[in-house]
Amino acid sequence: METALIAPANYFILSVPTVIFSFVIPIVGVSLFAYIMAIRIAPLVLAAPDFRFNRYMERIIKVLRIWLLQYRHPRYKTAGIIHIMIFAGFLVLSIRSTSLVIIGISENFVFPGLGGSLGIVYNLFKDYAATVVLVACFLAAYRRIVVKPERYAVPSKYGKDHTFEAVFVLGMIATLMISESLFEASAAVAQAQAGLHVEFIAPLSLAWIFKVMLGRVSTETLQAIHLVMYYIHDLTFFSFLCFLPMGKHFHVITSFFNVFFMRIDRGNVKPVRYGVADDQLDDLESFGVKKLEDFTWKHILDFYSCADCGRCSDNCPANAVKRPLSPRFISIKARDLIFKNYPLYPYGKAFNKGEELMGNIYEEEEIWSCTTCGACEQECPLGIEYIDKIVDLRRGMVDEGMVPQSLQKPLRALEKRGNPWGKMEKKRADWTKELPEGCEVKIVGKKESADTLYFVDSITSFDDRMQAIGRATAKVLNAAGEDFGILGKAEKDSGNEVRRFGEEMLFQDLKDQNTEAILNSGASRIVTSDPHAYNALKNDYVDLPPVEHISQYIARQVKSGAIHLKAAEGNGKVYTYHDPCYLGRHNGVYDDPREAIDAIPGIKRVDMEKCRDRSFCCGGGGLMLFYEPEEEQRMGVLRVEMAAKAGANVIVTACPFCLVNMEDAIKVAGMEGSMEAIDLAELVESHIVSV
Amino acid sequence: MEILVCVKRVPDTAENEIEVNSDGTDIERDDLVYSVNEWDNYAVEEAIQIKDNVGGSVTVVSVGDEESEEVVRREMAMGADNGILLSDDAFEGSDGKGVASLLKAAVEKGKYDLILTGAQADDGAAQVGGMLAAMLDLPYASLVNKIEMIDDQKIKVGREIEGGNQEMNEIDLPCVLSIQTGINEPRYVGIRGIRKVASVEIPVHGAGDLGVAADSVGDAGAKVKRLDYFMPELGEGAEMLEGSTEEIVEKLIELLKAKGGLK
Amino acid sequence: MAGQIFAYIRFKDGVPDDSALELVAAAKKIAADASVSALVVGSGVDAVCNEVVSSYQEVWKIDSDALAYPNAEMIRKALINILPKDCILLVPHDTFGMDLAPGLSIKMDSAFVADAVDFEGLEGDTLKVIRQEYGGAVTTHVNCDISAGAVINVRPGSFPADESKAAGGAVVDKSGEAGDMAAGRRYLETVAAEVGDVDITKEDVLVSIGRGIEDEDNIEIADDLAEAMGAVVSCSRPIVDAKWLEKSRQVGTSGQTVKPKVYLACGISGSFQHLGGLKGNPFVVAINKNPKAPIFQIADVGIEADILDFLPELTDAISEQ
Repeated sequence: METALIAPANYFILSVPTVIFSFVIPIVGVSLFAYIMAIRIAPLVLAAPDFRFNRYMERIIKVLRIWLLQYRHPRYKTAGIIHIMIFAGFLVLSIRSTSLVIIGISENFVFPGLGGSLGIVYNLFKDYAATVVLVACFLAAYRRIVVKPERYAVPSKYGKDHTFEAVFVLGMIATLMISESLFEASAAVAQAQAGLHVEFIAPLSLAWIFKVMLGRVSTETLQAIHLVMYYIHDLTFFSFLCFLPMGKHFHVITSFFNVFFMRIDRGNVKPVRYGVADDQLDDLESFGVKKLEDFTWKHILDFYSCADCGRCSDNCPANAVKRPLSPRFISIKARDLIFKNYPLYPYGKAFNKGEELMGNIYEEEEIWSCTTCGACEQECPLGIEYIDKIVDLRRGMVDEGMVPQSLQKPLRALEKRGNPWGKMEKKRADWTKELPEGCEVKIVGKKESADTLYFVDSITSFDDRMQAIGRATAKVLNAAGEDFGILGKAEKDSGNEVRRFGEEMLFQDLKDQNTEAILNSGASRIVTSDPHAYNALKNDYVDLPPVEHISQYIARQVKSGAIHLKAAEGNGKVYTYHDPCYLGRHNGVYDDPREAIDAIPGIKRVDMEKCRDRSFCCGGGGLMLFYEPEEEQRMGVLRVEMAAKAGANVIVTACPFCLVNMEDAIKVAGMEGSMEAIDLAELVESHIVSV
Repeated sequence: MEILVCVKRVPDTAENEIEVNSDGTDIERDDLVYSVNEWDNYAVEEAIQIKDNVGGSVTVVSVGDEESEEVVRREMAMGADNGILLSDDAFEGSDGKGVASLLKAAVEKGKYDLILTGAQADDGAAQVGGMLAAMLDLPYASLVNKIEMIDDQKIKVGREIEGGNQEMNEIDLPCVLSIQTGINEPRYVGIRGIRKVASVEIPVHGAGDLGVAADSVGDAGAKVKRLDYFMPELGEGAEMLEGSTEEIVEKLIELLKAKGGLK
Repeated sequence: MAGQIFAYIRFKDGVPDDSALELVAAAKKIAADASVSALVVGSGVDAVCNEVVSSYQEVWKIDSDALAYPNAEMIRKALINILPKDCILLVPHDTFGMDLAPGLSIKMDSAFVADAVDFEGLEGDTLKVIRQEYGGAVTTHVNCDISAGAVINVRPGSFPADESKAAGGAVVDKSGEAGDMAAGRRYLETVAAEVGDVDITKEDVLVSIGRGIEDEDNIEIADDLAEAMGAVVSCSRPIVDAKWLEKSRQVGTSGQTVKPKVYLACGISGSFQHLGGLKGNPFVVAINKNPKAPIFQIADVGIEADILDFLPELTDAISEQ
C-alpha cells in the first residue's frame, strides 16, 4: 500500500536507519523487564509452599468474575467505574500496543486474525478505548490531586504520601494514549493530503480529534510527528513495562494470577505448613511466619499485587477505631521490605534473607489488633488475603513467647480447664438448672444419647448474661420437638479464636477432645447458637456430623411449621439485624436470620447501611474479649450508632460475643433506654406459641 | 552468670475455687488445676533475660512430688537450660525450713552466682528465699522488682516497699533474691514449647542424693505444722442491705450522708 | 513456756507504726501474763523509744548511724547478737518483716511462722497460730514448736492496738552488743513512686475499684459516681497492673496507705494486701457480686450486686438529690 509518510521501519536520520531504534528499544526493554521479573520471582521461589494448583474450574470462575468482569470494583462507584474504563481499555489496547512494536520493524505488520473486517472492528474499538482510557486518566488524576479521598491518605507512621507514583503512572498511560493516537492521526492526515487511501478512524475518538486538528499541517511536520510519536510510544511502552514491578502498578501484571490463585474456601485457616499433617506438626522446627520467606508464595504474590487502593483499611473496624492496624499497610510494608531485601541493583547483590518481621516492619499490637472479621478480604478487588497472614504472624509470635499478658491468662485457662475463664469443668452445664420444668436438657455421652447435639461453647456456658441465650436455644429446640442434648463437662471451648490467635497446638488439643466427645455422643446433627463454634466445627474440624446455626434451624422449623410465632407487640420497636462476622462473611448465612426475624408477624425490621457482607464487626469474640487493644473508641459504639442511624431501637444479634459487645457499647454510648440488644434465639423464643 | 531459680507447683487461685474439704484436713483437691507459682514464673523470666544479656545458664529446681516435674518442664520450655526435681517420700510435710534446707543442698551441688525464688506463693509464707540465703550465708533481698547488672561482683536491685516506692540496693554476688510480680512480662509457653522439652531428662534427687538426713526434713523435721483448714466464723461481717435496687440505693444514700460520704 | 517475747517496732520519721501497739495485743494473746519487750533499731531512735516505753516492759534499743536506713541484712546481724536464743520475736509482716524475719529464724535456729492473723493459745511448747492461705480464701491452724524460740510475722491490722500503756518499762541500750553489722547488701536510695494527679491519702471519701470493673472503659462508671459524691477514685492492685489507673491511685501495702472517712469498695475482693493500706477505721461499704468475697467480713455495710449495674443506679440517685 502506498503511503504518504515514511514509516519508522524505513526512515533514515542522517543516513542512520531509525529501524535500529525499533530493534534496540524492545530488546533493551524486554531484557530489563526479564531481569527485574527474575529478581521479583526470587522471593516467590524461596517462600513457603502453598497448594493452589487445584480446583481449576472454580479458579477460572473467580478470574472471570473478579478479574475480567471487575465484579468487586463498583462497590466503590466512582473509583470502580474509572478502573473498569482503564482496565477494559488496556485489554483492548494490549493488541494494538504489541502490533505497534512490530510495526516499527516491519511496516505492514498486522496482528494475526485482524487482517480483514475483524481488524476494522478492532480498530474502531481501540480508537474509542484509547479515548476512554485518556478520559479515565484525567478523572483519576483529578481524584488523586483535587478530591483526595480519605482512603488514599498515608498516615505519617507509614511513610510518605503515594500520590506522586499514582499521578506519574497516570501520566505515562496518558502519554501512551496520546502518542498512539497522534501516530495514527498524523498518518491519516498525510494520506488524505496526498489523496491516498485513508484508514477509517472512529468518529469523535481521540485519533479522530487529532486528525481534525492536524488537517492543515505540512507533510514535513506530519512526518516528524509520526516518527517522534512512534518512538515516544515505544519508549513509554517499555518504560511503563519496566516500571510496573516497581510499585503498586505491579498489579497490572500480577492481578490475573493473584485472582486465579485466591482463596476459594471461606471461614477456614491455612494449615501451619502446607503438606504437613496435623499429627506431624510436632516435627516442625519453627511455627508460623517470623521472617519474610516464611510467608507462602501466594502471600508474597499478594504483597506484589496490592494496588494500594485502601478499600481493605476503609472497611477495617480496627482501623476505624484507630487501633494500630491498617491491612493495606500490612501489604505495603511487606512489599517495600521485599523490594529492599531483594534489590535490583547493583547487579548480583546478595539478597538479605531471613530478616525478622516483628519489631522491624510489624508491631506486636498491630498483629493482635485484628478481629479476623474478614471485611478486608471481602472488599479486596484483587483477592488479597489477610486473615491467614495475621494468623501465621501470630503463630510465629506464640512460638517465640511474644503473647501479651492479657491473653496469656485465658490461654492458660483454656489449656487447663477448656474455657478462657478457668471455670471448673463440672459447672459447664450449670446454666441448664434454671430451665423450667418440661424443658430438661440431657447430658449426652455414655449413658444418654440424642439425635441432635447442642454445642453450647464457653461463653454461653459460663457468662451469666449469655447463659440466657443457652436457655432460649434449649427452649426453641424443645418447642420444635427436637430430641437434643449437650456434652456437659466433656465439651471444651471450640477453639475458633485459639486457632486464630496462633495457638495451633492448643487448638488441636481442643479439637481432638471435642471431636471425640461429639462422636461418642452418637448425635447425627449438631446445632449451635455461637457462630464462632459454628465456624470452627464446620470449617476447622473434620468428619463431624452436619452443623447448623440456630438461625438456620429456626428458619427451617418456621417454614416447616414446627414452630409457630405470635405477632410482635406493636410497641414502637424497630429491629435491625447485625450480621455476625462468623455467620455472615465467613459462612454466607445472611438470609436465614432475617427470615427468622421476619417470621414474627408484624415485626418491623430495617437494615443498617453496613450490613450483610459489609457488616461492621462488633469488636471481636473469643480471646479478643480479653485482649486490651490501644484504641480511641470501641467498635461496638460505632455499630450501635449505625443502628440508631438506621432508625432501629433494637439490635438483634445471633452471636453471644456480639451481644456482649453491643450491650457494653450501649452503656458506653449512653444509649440505655433508647437502644437495646437481644439475641435472635431470645427474640424468637419469646414469640413462640405452644400448639 | 549461672542462675538457679526455685519454683513451686501450686493450685492457681485464678482458675480454681479454693474451698475447705469436708473434714477440714485439706482444701478440696478434686477438680483442682495446678500451675507454676506466679511469682516463680516472673523469677524464671528474669533469669532468662539476664542470661540472654550476659550469658550463662539457667537451672530450675523444684521440691515436690513427681507431678512437680510438669512445672519444671514448663519453665524449661520457657527457656531454662536445666531442670532438677527434689523428690523423696521423706520430704513430705516439710515446713519452710525443711524446703530451704533441701534447696541449700541442691545449691551446694552446683555453682551458682545468683539464686532466685518467687517472693511468695498462694499457699506459702514468703519465707523460703530468706531462709535459704541465711543457710547459705549469702546476702538476700526480698520483693525484688528490678535487677541491673553492675559487674561480675555485684548487682543493683530494687525492692518494692510500702507506698509503691522502690528501695534501691547494691548487693554482692552470689546472692539470693526473691522476685516480685511485675518485674517483667513473662513470655508465653505454648503446648508446642512444652512438647519440645517433653523428652528432656530431668534428674530427680532424693534425700540420699542430696546428703540430707531424712529425719531433718519432711514431717519429722518440721517445727511448724499445719493442723487443719477451716472457714472462720462469719460472726460480725457486714450488714447486708437487702431489697430492690431502689431500696438499697435509698438506704445506702442515707448511710453515706450520716457518715459524711456525701458532700 | 519459752523465753521472753519481743516485738519489733517499725517507725517512720520518729513515729512508731500502728503495729507497735498491735504487737502488744498479739503478745498478750500468746500468753496473757507474758513480759513483752520492744526492739527499736535505727539511728537517733530515742523519740521512738519514749513513745513505746509505756506499753512495754523494756525497750531494747540499738542506735547506730549505720542504721539510718533500716537495712534488714544489717539489722539481722545485730539482732542475732543481742536476742536471747529461745525468745519469741514478733515482727510486722510488711515489706521489712518479710525481708528480715525468715533468715533471722534460721540464724536463731528457731521456728518461723509468717503472716499470723491470730493466736489460739500456748500448750507447753506448742503455739497454735491462725494463718490464711490462697489470698484469704481459706484459714488454717498451724502448730508451732517454740521450744527453741520463734520468729513470728504478724499481719498488720489483725490485732487491735493495745492502748493501755500499762507496762511502763525502761529503755535499755544494747547498741554496744550489736557487733559488726557490715552486710553484702548496701542501701542506695529510695525511688519515690510517681506522684499522680490526685493524692488519695488526703481524701475523706474514696470510691475504690477492683477486678469487678472488668474493663478499662468501665472506669468511667466509677468516675461518674465519684464526681456525684464529691469523692476520688482509688483502686486495688490488679487495676494498676492492668495499667488502667496510675500507681498513685492504688490502696494497699504495695500502694498507698489511706485514711478516709468513707470507703466504697466496689468489686474488690478484699485481700489483706489491699486492706493493709486502709487505715483509720473508715466506714466501709462493700459492693460485690460474690457473696463470699472476704471484703464483706471487714465491711460495715455490704451489697451483693454487680457494680457495673449498681454504681450507675447509685450515681443517678445521688445526682437527683
